[in-house]
Amino acid sequence: MWCSNYFVLLTFVCFLFFLNPGPSNPHGYLAYPLLSIPAQQKNLEGYVGFANLPNQVYRKSVKRGFEFTLMVVGESGLGKSTLINSLFLTDLYSPEYPGPSHRIKKTVQVEQSKVLVKEGGVHLLLTIVDTPGFGDAVDNSNCWQPVTDYIDSKFEDFLNAESRVNRRQMPDNRVHCCLYFIAPSGHGLKPLDIEFMKRLHEKVNIIPLIAKADTMTPEECQQFKRQIMKEIHEHKIKIYDFPETDDEEEMKMIRKIKDRLPLAVVGSNTIIEVDGKRVRGRQYPWGVAEVENGDHCDFTILRNMLIRTHMQDLKDVTNNVHYENYRSRKLAAVTYNGVDNNKNKGQLTKPDTPDGMSPLAQMEEERREHVAKMNKMEQEMEQVFDMKVKEKLQKLKDSEVELQRRHEQMRKNLEAQYKELEEKRRQFEDEKTNWEIQQRILEQQKLEASRTMEKGKKKKIF
Amino acid sequence: MAATDVDVFSNEEKRNLSLGGHVGFDSLPDQLVSKSVTQGFCFNILCVGETGIGKSTLMNTLFNTMFENEEASHYQNGVYLRPRTYDLQESNVHLKLTIVDTVGFGDQINKEDSYKPIVDYIDTQFENYLQEELKIKRSLFNYHDTRIHICLYFIAPTGHSLKSLDLVTMKKLDSKVNIIPIIAKADTISKSELHKFKIKIMSELVSNGVQIYQFPTDDDAVSEINASMNAHLPFAVVGSVEEVKVGNKTVRARQYPWGVVQVENESHCDFVKLREMLIRVNMEDLREQTHARHYELYRRCKLEEMGFKDTDPDSQPFSLQETYEAKRKEFLGDLQRKEEEMRQMFVNKVKETEAELKEKERELHEKFEQLKRMHQDEKRKVEEKRKELEDEMNAFNRKKMAAETYSLSQPLKKDKDKKN
Repeated sequence: MWCSNYFVLLTFVCFLFFLNPGPSNPHGYLAYPLLSIPAQQKNLEGYVGFANLPNQVYRKSVKRGFEFTLMVVGESGLGKSTLINSLFLTDLYSPEYPGPSHRIKKTVQVEQSKVLVKEGGVHLLLTIVDTPGFGDAVDNSNCWQPVTDYIDSKFEDFLNAESRVNRRQMPDNRVHCCLYFIAPSGHGLKPLDIEFMKRLHEKVNIIPLIAKADTMTPEECQQFKRQIMKEIHEHKIKIYDFPETDDEEEMKMIRKIKDRLPLAVVGSNTIIEVDGKRVRGRQYPWGVAEVENGDHCDFTILRNMLIRTHMQDLKDVTNNVHYENYRSRKLAAVTYNGVDNNKNKGQLTKPDTPDGMSPLAQMEEERREHVAKMNKMEQEMEQVFDMKVKEKLQKLKDSEVELQRRHEQMRKNLEAQYKELEEKRRQFEDEKTNWEIQQRILEQQKLEASRTMEKGKKKKIF
Repeated sequence: MAATDVDVFSNEEKRNLSLGGHVGFDSLPDQLVSKSVTQGFCFNILCVGETGIGKSTLMNTLFNTMFENEEASHYQNGVYLRPRTYDLQESNVHLKLTIVDTVGFGDQINKEDSYKPIVDYIDTQFENYLQEELKIKRSLFNYHDTRIHICLYFIAPTGHSLKSLDLVTMKKLDSKVNIIPIIAKADTISKSELHKFKIKIMSELVSNGVQIYQFPTDDDAVSEINASMNAHLPFAVVGSVEEVKVGNKTVRARQYPWGVVQVENESHCDFVKLREMLIRVNMEDLREQTHARHYELYRRCKLEEMGFKDTDPDSQPFSLQETYEAKRKEFLGDLQRKEEEMRQMFVNKVKETEAELKEKERELHEKFEQLKRMHQDEKRKVEEKRKELEDEMNAFNRKKMAAETYSLSQPLKKDKDKKN
């Protein structure tokens, strides 16, 4: 029954990978699994049973089935289709479904074919994306453009599906891995190779391969590999990196693989008999180059790495790094901090930076800021208004006071004039009265005098 | 991730190919499993039930450990939730377990709002996850998922039926969380009563439309056992951390004068069934259901509330970017409008006040014009009087002058007379 088989497998896997069951850091940027909420360590005094969880996960994943999208890029005639057929031990490319080198059109195309394969109860929906016409024209400028566009469009589809209000099962059509075939010139990378890898290393996991490795001797191959890696480092190209593990055994294996990068591969569609064994290989007059012989080429390493051990990791890196980069770039363009986010293109910054907010939270923040700004503005305007009103009132008051004062003064003036006039009049009256009295006295005297004179005159006459 | 989701791919040709040998992708599930084991698992349990019904004891019994907790009092004036997180490890599997306790549930006199803190807590956890999912720079792969995966609803062993509080609460929770109803302190119910009680409870749940969690029967490996367990719901459980010697074994049990109730004895209670279903068989399914069903429902409601739609009036599917841009434009327009309104209001206020002040100024001027006129009047009067006076003075002077010339000539006349 699968249960017991699985258990054996699980223990074997456990032995291999979990000799040290502590937290492990597969990639530098993955912090220890579940962050920050303070948790108490408790010891169990008996068997509870949640150790069965991995089983449950296993069961569910087998039921769901798996998907993988593999992209192959390289000039025609480098053996891409043959290699794919060899990798998956099936006639993916056949006379009815010809490989990219037989389908070249005027411009570079990006085409995909889906196949469903089953093994050991596991269903795999494999999508192979190839690029007929890549690097084959005389002028190859921008021949990578259709490829980047394709990858971006798959990211966009996923982003839109993920952002829908009504979400359903989202098919994962994103490109998980890109096998880049380098022609075995023996000297170094071509400018096209460098340009392509530079354009795509931040969008997809690139695994560079040396094609048709059976045209080079082991020493030539070594030198070629060293040259290529040197150029890759010079140009700061980020090819797919194997995750670190705490497991010593595994790390040793990984270090061995890293020494042999880029992998030099040979593919074959034919099976030949060698020493009584039936192997895939290429028959030459001087011998047979065996595909699965580790001394002849790195095919086995590639197959083990790509399919048997790191397929899931390739998908994880695509999901957690490349897709997230695409997403944050896309969303940053929509938000307030668009300028800031673009500076961090391609890098995953810490999740708690201020520009790590969702656009909605950002709008909320903006609204709050705006309300605060408006309040402040309102306050300021009120202040200015009040001040101006006060000023104006003050001015009015002042001019009122001024006018009042002037009025007072004029009144006083007038009063003074009045008084003066009164005084004059009084004086005048006095004078007049005096004079009148005088006149009257004079009159009296005159009258007296004339009477006397009259009397005298009368006397005289007698 | 659905190789079997045919309708999505129906427009694309999929070829079935057979393999000529062992390729090796049958290790994919193992790769996936090893990745999740490395990351660790997390599981969140919500225990809803009255004070003293045995929630903490059951948790201790289920996980074979003493989670520390003080006994709750009956005098809480509201329901509040108390989450506690623990790190457990069994063989190589790390589990971050969060147990959320409802303190004070069922103790108040008025229990109308008892369910609210619970619903709020569950919604908050969904909200936190949603916020993280909507961030621009997010890290979902190492996010500590605090969403409640299972709600164990403890039913008091009355033997009759569900309380109305139970029905109301479960109805509010069934669309937000997976509910497994449990009959607590099952050692107070006899077998026959229990049978009737279970039937009554299930029929009440069905007639009230409460959707409890059904163990999945679509996976061949576990469909049988799950189907049979579905028939035993609700589980009647007994919890105990005390050990009693029975025969030559020491088991966890409760000792009564009349016998020993063994927790792990299937004929005594359904504890083993609960543990089997909850932990050993369906833990992953519970997590999946929470994420794929309850969380999606919450998310959909929340986004619709905020005005997001999947299609615009022309039935063109909106891309996320367009949606955000449209929202943003609306939002900015809104802000601008508010600003304009405020400014307009202010301008009006200024105009009003200006008019008022002008009025005042005018009045003031009028007043002073009046005063000025008065003053002018007075001045004129004074001038008149002065003129009068002057005239009088002039007249008087003339008179005086005349009189003097006359008197000057008079003495001559006298002399003349004297001469005569």
